[in-house]
Parts: sequence; structure tokens; C-alpha cells
Amino acid sequence: MKLRRIGLALAMVLLLGGMAFAQDTIRIGVFLPLTGQNAFGGQLELDGVRMAHEEVPEVLGKKVELIVVDNKSDKVESANAVKRLIEKEKVVAIIGTYGSSLAMAGGEVAEKAGIPVMGTSCTNPLVTQGKKYYFRACFIDPYQGAAAATYAIRELGAKKAATLVDVSNDYSVGLAGFFKQSFLKLGGEIVAELKYNTGDQDFTAQLTEIISKKPDIMFIPSYFAEGAIIMKQAAELGAEFKIMGGDAMDNPEIVAIGGEAVEGFMHTTFPYDPSMTDMSPIAKQFTDNWKKGHPDKDPNVNAALGYDSYLLVIDAIKRAGAAEPEAITKAMAETKDFPGVTGNTTINETHDAEKEVGIVMIKDGKKTFVGTIKPEM
Amino acid sequence: MSLNMFIQHLFNAITLGSLYGLIAIGYTMVYGILRLINFAHGDIFMLGAYFVFFSVSLSKLPWGIAVALAVILSTFCGILVDRIAYRPLRNAPRISALISAIGVSFFIENLGLVVFTGLPRPVVQPAWLVKVIKVNGVRILPLAIVVPVVTFSLVLGLLWIVYKTKPGLAMRAISKDIETTRLMGVSVDKVIALTFALGSALAAASGIMWALRYPQINPFMGVIPGFKAFIAAVFGGIGSIQGAVLGGMILGIIEIMVVAFFPALSGYRDAFAFILLIIILLIRPTGLMGEKLEDKI
Repeated sequence: MKLRRIGLALAMVLLLGGMAFAQDTIRIGVFLPLTGQNAFGGQLELDGVRMAHEEVPEVLGKKVELIVVDNKSDKVESANAVKRLIEKEKVVAIIGTYGSSLAMAGGEVAEKAGIPVMGTSCTNPLVTQGKKYYFRACFIDPYQGAAAATYAIRELGAKKAATLVDVSNDYSVGLAGFFKQSFLKLGGEIVAELKYNTGDQDFTAQLTEIISKKPDIMFIPSYFAEGAIIMKQAAELGAEFKIMGGDAMDNPEIVAIGGEAVEGFMHTTFPYDPSMTDMSPIAKQFTDNWKKGHPDKDPNVNAALGYDSYLLVIDAIKRAGAAEPEAITKAMAETKDFPGVTGNTTINETHDAEKEVGIVMIKDGKKTFVGTIKPEM
Repeated sequence: MSLNMFIQHLFNAITLGSLYGLIAIGYTMVYGILRLINFAHGDIFMLGAYFVFFSVSLSKLPWGIAVALAVILSTFCGILVDRIAYRPLRNAPRISALISAIGVSFFIENLGLVVFTGLPRPVVQPAWLVKVIKVNGVRILPLAIVVPVVTFSLVLGLLWIVYKTKPGLAMRAISKDIETTRLMGVSVDKVIALTFALGSALAAASGIMWALRYPQINPFMGVIPGFKAFIAAVFGGIGSIQGAVLGGMILGIIEIMVVAFFPALSGYRDAFAFILLIIILLIRPTGLMGEKLEDKI
């Protein structure tokens, strides 16, 4: 009996070690939204992961095999994607995803199976809270919301703010809540809080109400799809306040979609943008290599986070010394000052990375990196 | 709420109502003659938007030609759907055709997802349509005038076809009794194809104008407007073209006005349509302008 148990355990370890079919590869799964609502962000992150994979195709002397599954921007599909990566593809670690709701759905499955996941840009605190196996290369929303509020009050001199929140999106609800908390703590006043649902296209009623309350600034923690339309309709209705958003608005297409309406729009983001004037050498190399490989589109934070996430996973595997999920998990938790495009990453006790918050503004029709801000918590 | 705001909201509401009305006509006509709810109709709406997007963005055609091309292609798709998914089931139980309709709808949506990708595409709005006009403090988009005018013209054109031409007479005859009409020597399949063509053309027109009003298109953009237009058709009396337009208008106005007066309810905006459906089915199932169902002996 005991021999059988040992034999089974040995077989499992070998299997999990990725030594299937006499192929000596380390299998890393990637689950991202490649179709659906969040396709744009997901695609950019995948491009970043793939670029890093090209630069570092091996670890511990073995080839790394990337297995990519599309989670279709859908929570159910997200859980299915992770299930498939773990049960069918037998990966030892996973990278993903863009979209906190999707990360939470997939995270449940990975947590039960004990496979470590490195989140790319999912910023809602619930993604890693209480989880042993989920980590992320990005900061979390309480931090981001506070940064946005700090910038609004200290730099923009705003005293009254309105929020327009997507209630069907965990990221949006969370970030708006944290912004409100900080804004109030810093002495500001929230004059209006309105809602919409993902996929809505008509915001005139909500915007009319917000305009009537005369805020200095409107905070819209939305994904860029709705964000651009909101700003367009705000311009049509003659809104004069400033508009600010979160990292999900970081998208090179925002000017194409929003046109003149997005001029002057600001959003918080991770400390990387191709328009930065004083980049670290790693960031510069990333930007240059990207332009060579993708001459038709600009990189953005999502691409950078995808790139960093891959390198973080590889680093964890290297330090673990084996392509074994438990060891990788332990090594990930011990990540300290790992240099990346989005800055040095140290994973803290809640499995989040502590990074500075950057501010990007759309100036003269171009995304311009304005600087970083330290949030007053 | 100030008078200016009210007028602005009213324009917005009429625009939305017109768009719903145009789609609803297609549902009501097909139901009138085939007793079938064409679930794929909302997807023809989506295809109309995409065809015009590709014509303008990729082929750089001038708007007039792009619109005409999009309408023609969508009409063709509508006829194709009938030919492939509904005609073989003419004599089958109604539920089979219904299931087929749902299947076609999923198929078109996911085909769109694969071919067009799920990325929302920005539609270039011609500058003159979206230049805000200020009249006495009221801000109006030229689009908000163009849409109701175009809708009105299209509906008049359609009513002329249905009530003043032979094919229209055949359509009305089929909606009363399909077998007898066949006995009268009418080529029923051709007339049904015409019905689908007309409905699809209107849906495409609605899709194009929708894309101009809300300049972001994605393969699933036809799902919710399709549902709402169907509800509008039921509300107005399924089988009646005037009812469909009326239903669409009322639904659009309710949706915008209720949220305008009670912004706190904006999260429930989609629910209003469904609540309306439940109410009308409970109070007056044949709709506002529907005919009372008679038992055939």
C-alpha cells in the first residue's frame, strides 16, 4: 500500500515536473482575454509575454513552452481556461490575467489545484487576498485610488468630484470606492455617484446629472471601450470639468476612438509608458525591441507587465531550482527587487508588487507620461 | 430638470426609439407571415454596422456608396438566413424553426467574433453629423434630426410597398392564410424572401445609424437592441408594422426619459424593457395595435 502511494506520488512529481512524453520542457500557461470586451489589453499582454519568451526561452537548462488559452473576457470561460491549463495541459505555473473579475474567477481554480499564478494587470485587492497561490506584478487598487485622489487634490486643485462607475465590473466598483475613500480623507467632496453597466452605450442621462452638480473633476474607473464613449458624450453635452481614469484606460487607441473629446484626459497607470523621457535602461531596451518587432503599434503598460510577469515567473523557477509548483510558489513569494520594465518588483506579504503610480495625460492628441505620484494613504 | 435638458433628452429618446422601431419592423413582419421569431435579426443589424465600417475604414468608400453597399449585403445575408435555416423547416413544427433561429443567431455572432475579432471598433463619424448645434441653449446633434427623418421616410416607403403593391398584397395575404395564398398561385417562397429582404434592409439601416450614434461596434452589439426591438414589436402588437414602430418609439422614450428623471435608476435601464414586456403580456397580450387572435374553424 505504502509502496503504491510512494510510486503514485513519484509519478505525480515527474508529471508535474513537466517531463511528459520524453519532452524536456517546462510548461507555463497563459490565460488572457484575446477576444471579447477586453481583447485589446489581453492581446498586448500576450505580446509582452511572447517577447519575453523569445528573449528568455530556457530556464534550468530546459526549454520553456508557453500554452496560451483565451478566456474570452468572460468569468466562466476564465475558470474553464485555468482548469484546462492545469488539468489538460499540466502547466507548472500560470501567467494572467487582464481584468480583475477574470483573475478572481480563474484564481479560484488555481488555488484549489495549488498552481501558482502571476497576475499581470489585475489590480483589485481581492485577487490575491487570502490566496496562497496568486501573485501579481502590479500594484493594487487601494494604492491606485489613493494616488488618483492625491493627484486630483494636490496637483489639480479639485475640491468636488463625481464618479461614474461600471457596477458589473469588480475593478471599476473597487477602484471608485478607494478613490472616494481617499478623496474624502484628503478633504474633498463627492457630489455625485452614478452607475452604468458594461456594454452600455448611452450615458447621457448620467452625464447630464453629473454636469448639473458642477464637479471639478469626474473620475471614471472604466475600461477604455466605455471610457472613450463616455468622454465623447460628455463633450457633446458641454461638460467642462476635468476627467480622470484608472489604469484600464491605458490604451494606444484611445485617441482614435475618442478624438478631440479625450484631449486633457488623465489616468493613473503603472510607471511605464513609451513617452517617458527618463526611462530605465531595461525600459528603453524593451521599448526599442518592441518597436522592431511591432512597427505598427506602440507598447503600453500592459505589454510591459506581460513582459515583466513572464520574467518574474522564470526568475521564480530559477530560484526554486525545480519546475515544481510548490517550490515555485515559495520562490515567487520571496521575490525581492527584481528589475523589470515597470520598475523593481518586490512581492509583499499580500502577494502584491509595490510600484510607483504614474500619471499619463492626453496632450495634443498623444499619450504623454506626466510623472509619478506617491499616494497619501 | 430644465426645459433645455428635457428637450435634449427628448431628441435622444426619439433617436433611440426610431432605431428600435426600425429593427422591430423586421421582427413583426417575419412573425406576421411565418409565425417565427427571427432571433438572427439583431445580428443582421450588427452586420449592417460592420459592413459600413469596413467599407468606410478599409475600402475608403464615400459614405453614400458605403451605406448602399452595406444595406445590399445585409439584405443578401437576411435572405440567405431564410434560405438556409428557415425554408427547409417550413413544414416542420414551429419549435424547430425557433431553435434554428437561435442557432443561426449564435452562429453569426461567433462568426463575427472570429472574423472581425471581439475588439470594439471605432466608427468614424462624418463631422457634419456630430457638430453640436446650439439653439436657444439646447444642444442638438444633427444626427438626432437625421435619424427620425430617415426612419420616417423608410417606414413610409415600406408601408407603400405593403399596402399599394402586388408583392405587398401577397405578404398580407400570406399573413392571413399561407395555404390559401399558395392555392391562389402566389410564389410563397419568393414573397417570404422579399419579406426577409425588407426587414433586413431596415435592420441594416438601423445598424448603420446606431453605429453613427454610438460609434463603437462589436460582434455582440445586436443582442440587447435585438431583444429590446422584439419586445417593442410585441408591445406594439406583433404582426403590425405601425405597432412595431409605435412600440419602438415608446420603448426608446421610456428608456431614456425614466433614466433622465431618475438617474439613480440608471443601473436598471435594460430592465425597463423587460418589465414592459411582462406588463403588456399580462394586460394586453396582443399588444397595442395587434389583432385579436381568432380561432380558425
